Amino acid sequence: MFETLTERFDQIFTRLKSRGRLGDAEVDEVLREIRVALLEGDVALEVVRDLLERIRARCSGAELSRSLTPAQQVIKVVNEELTATLGGETLVIRYASAPPTVVLLAGLQGAGKTTAAAKLALWFKQQGRHPLLVGTDLQRPAAVEQLRVLGKEIGVSVFSEASDPVTVARRGVAEAIRVGRDVVIVDTAGRLSIDEALMAEMREIHDAVSPNYTLLVIDAMTGQDAVQTARTFHDRLALDGVILSKVDGDARGGAALSVKAVVGRPIAFISTGERIGDFESFHPDRMASRILGMGDVLSLIERAESVYDEASSQRAMESLRSGRFTFDDFLEQLEQMKKMGPLSSVLGMLPGLPKEMKNATIEDRDVARIEAIIRSMTSKERQNPSVIDGSRRVRIANGSGTTTAEVNKLLNQFKDMQKMMRSSMMSQGLARAAKGRKKKGGRVTPASR
Amino acid sequence: MLFRRGRGADASAQDDGALATESADAEERAAIDVRDRAAPDSEESDHGASDQSEFGKTAVDLAGGDGEATDAEATLEREEADQASHRVPRTSRFGRARGFLSAPLGGLRRGARVDAGVIEELEEALLLADVGYATTTRLLDGLRSALAARAIEADTEGLVAYLREAILNLLLVGDATLHHDASVTNVWLFVGVNGVGKTTTIGKLASRERSRGRKVVLAAGDTFRAAAGEQLDLWASRAQVEIVQGANGADPSSVIFDAIAHANAVGADLVLADSAGRLHNKTNLMEELKKVRRVADREPGHVVEVLLVLDATTGQNGLTQAREFAAAVGITGVVLTKLDGTAKGGIVLAISSELGLPIKLVGLGEGIDDLAEFDPHEFVDALFFGVEAGD
Repeated sequence: MFETLTERFDQIFTRLKSRGRLGDAEVDEVLREIRVALLEGDVALEVVRDLLERIRARCSGAELSRSLTPAQQVIKVVNEELTATLGGETLVIRYASAPPTVVLLAGLQGAGKTTAAAKLALWFKQQGRHPLLVGTDLQRPAAVEQLRVLGKEIGVSVFSEASDPVTVARRGVAEAIRVGRDVVIVDTAGRLSIDEALMAEMREIHDAVSPNYTLLVIDAMTGQDAVQTARTFHDRLALDGVILSKVDGDARGGAALSVKAVVGRPIAFISTGERIGDFESFHPDRMASRILGMGDVLSLIERAESVYDEASSQRAMESLRSGRFTFDDFLEQLEQMKKMGPLSSVLGMLPGLPKEMKNATIEDRDVARIEAIIRSMTSKERQNPSVIDGSRRVRIANGSGTTTAEVNKLLNQFKDMQKMMRSSMMSQGLARAAKGRKKKGGRVTPASR
Repeated sequence: MLFRRGRGADASAQDDGALATESADAEERAAIDVRDRAAPDSEESDHGASDQSEFGKTAVDLAGGDGEATDAEATLEREEADQASHRVPRTSRFGRARGFLSAPLGGLRRGARVDAGVIEELEEALLLADVGYATTTRLLDGLRSALAARAIEADTEGLVAYLREAILNLLLVGDATLHHDASVTNVWLFVGVNGVGKTTTIGKLASRERSRGRKVVLAAGDTFRAAAGEQLDLWASRAQVEIVQGANGADPSSVIFDAIAHANAVGADLVLADSAGRLHNKTNLMEELKKVRRVADREPGHVVEVLLVLDATTGQNGLTQAREFAAAVGITGVVLTKLDGTAKGGIVLAISSELGLPIKLVGLGEGIDDLAEFDPHEFVDALFFGVEAGD
């Protein structure tokens, strides 16, 4: 996803040339791509609309960054907006002064309420509390049984009885007081937001137990319907937060954004696996990059921005331009990259690196060996690899603890790379960096893609 | 002791003993549970009736002065709803999924010309129904070229007719019947991610198949989730069919094989095999499912259906789910559940068109009869106008 989105952005921005600012036309085009990405990530349409407006406001006419390509710059803005929307206040549990603290869980069928109830109980237990689980789902066959089994697993008692949900909830809280539990987690039956009778019942349960926290459990795989569900539940129950379930799947999880935007309450927890301990607090930044479909690449962008030494890339660029890219330059670039993380992912995002080089097969585990080989070369050899003859190869192999075959391979790769770089024109990023340094270098010749 | 799917039995005897007591409790509660659910038939129809009028109201809102036809229809629906004292016809519940296109189209006057704004509204409606960007774009590109080529009339009727046909074409793939060979022990295997309604679907289907004269055995293949077996057990008694259970945490393949062997022994011709919900990106669990399928296909079993159960609220990940499960165990069709909610299940358009998988059944509620065959015509009609198919 990152590849395709960035590449599409790159194409759009090749027209940007040397203007120095993001133009409206390009921003419009990029926003269309972002819209698609967000929609494919299941972010609700109305939320997408708001986001795009905010992103447009920040991008239009924005000054171009020195260390990022325009595409990366926009992605960074998008990510910041997503993170801001997802984040904000966090849910800090304040325990009731007169225990028990009552937590009410609500949600659609199959959202994962019962599992979340048990996970939450374990979480409270780990906080040193003494929770009681109350099972009011008398509707789904064996739901209470499920809660009992889970309760037994984590050593938390479960209260339920065959009366009606409202009574069970009320008696559950009374039971907690009687046996001195300080937290009560009330599990409820799944219900559709349009099911009037059951929504009214939900409200009755709510009123019966006066929860300190009412949490909506929502499936991370939910599509556009997340908004409708969240809004209705919020209107009826005044939610305090959200538990996002099934986050261990590969859904992009736009529902999180939709719900957060609509309800305006924090996503308190995420449920990340089948084991009962797979329950974590929520990190807005991780979810933002996931929704955008870019994994941890976004954080690489941020690191690239702070770490990448312009002076050094400048020197490398000069060497490239003069066709005298040496092993010293190569070593320096490797050092730079290593600061940023796994090489395979870093290569793809370095501003202006020719596509040919992005595709070069350099594996992370090979990097250390490559470094060793280069470091076993003399200064003369690094500057002018053509002097490396058979006996020098043997010496370098011995010195670096590798084989002559590996030395040969690197030399060949380096030769190919030099050739490639000479033929491939200056890439935009490096050229732009040059332009920033030297007043005369206003002309940009983007690499042909 | 719960979390050890396929990882051998490390449960102590003590645990088992305790569980047995719990199960006895469960049965007691279950009995009450079943009575609760089964007794007040009126509650069920009340429930349906309120939904019905809810829709009626929505239809009126959406129609917004669209003309008499729709208004009259909505009124009629409301009257029907009011009269629905006993049991609401199932198709009307299906109706809640209807009308996702009636909003933009409702705003158009008959004979009105189609402009870019209308197409944009259509795009929005399709996206809101979870149809997905790719499929939506494909549909609208087709519409635009048809308009450009003057192959259709550039008015509301032409547009509706075109889209109706186009969506129908996406859905009319494969064979939507549920296969059954009376001479063998048929196995229908149900797979899907967690919480989509596999067990509930099996319960409803068991009742339906039994009433159609088939001898059904349920296989409690979800040995992982707490009380999944108990849940299926309750459905078995509701549907009055036999069930074969395994120990908690037992190998699901062996439980299903036992069920098939039992079915064969007692002359049952249909085994409905449950499986634990699993996320399609968990390699080990998908491997486990492959094994389940292989074992179920051994004599005397014949796996004739592998049904992917899909929650209608699922967004774009639904396509990935379908793709992964299809690659692992060869899906023969899709069951779309929870279509009685506000979710439209538009992702099935992508699943049908891209993977060629037919939608075979739809789940419309928690009641034992809330299961219907998927009728693409009815679905599309519902999307457009809420017109009942087969009327």
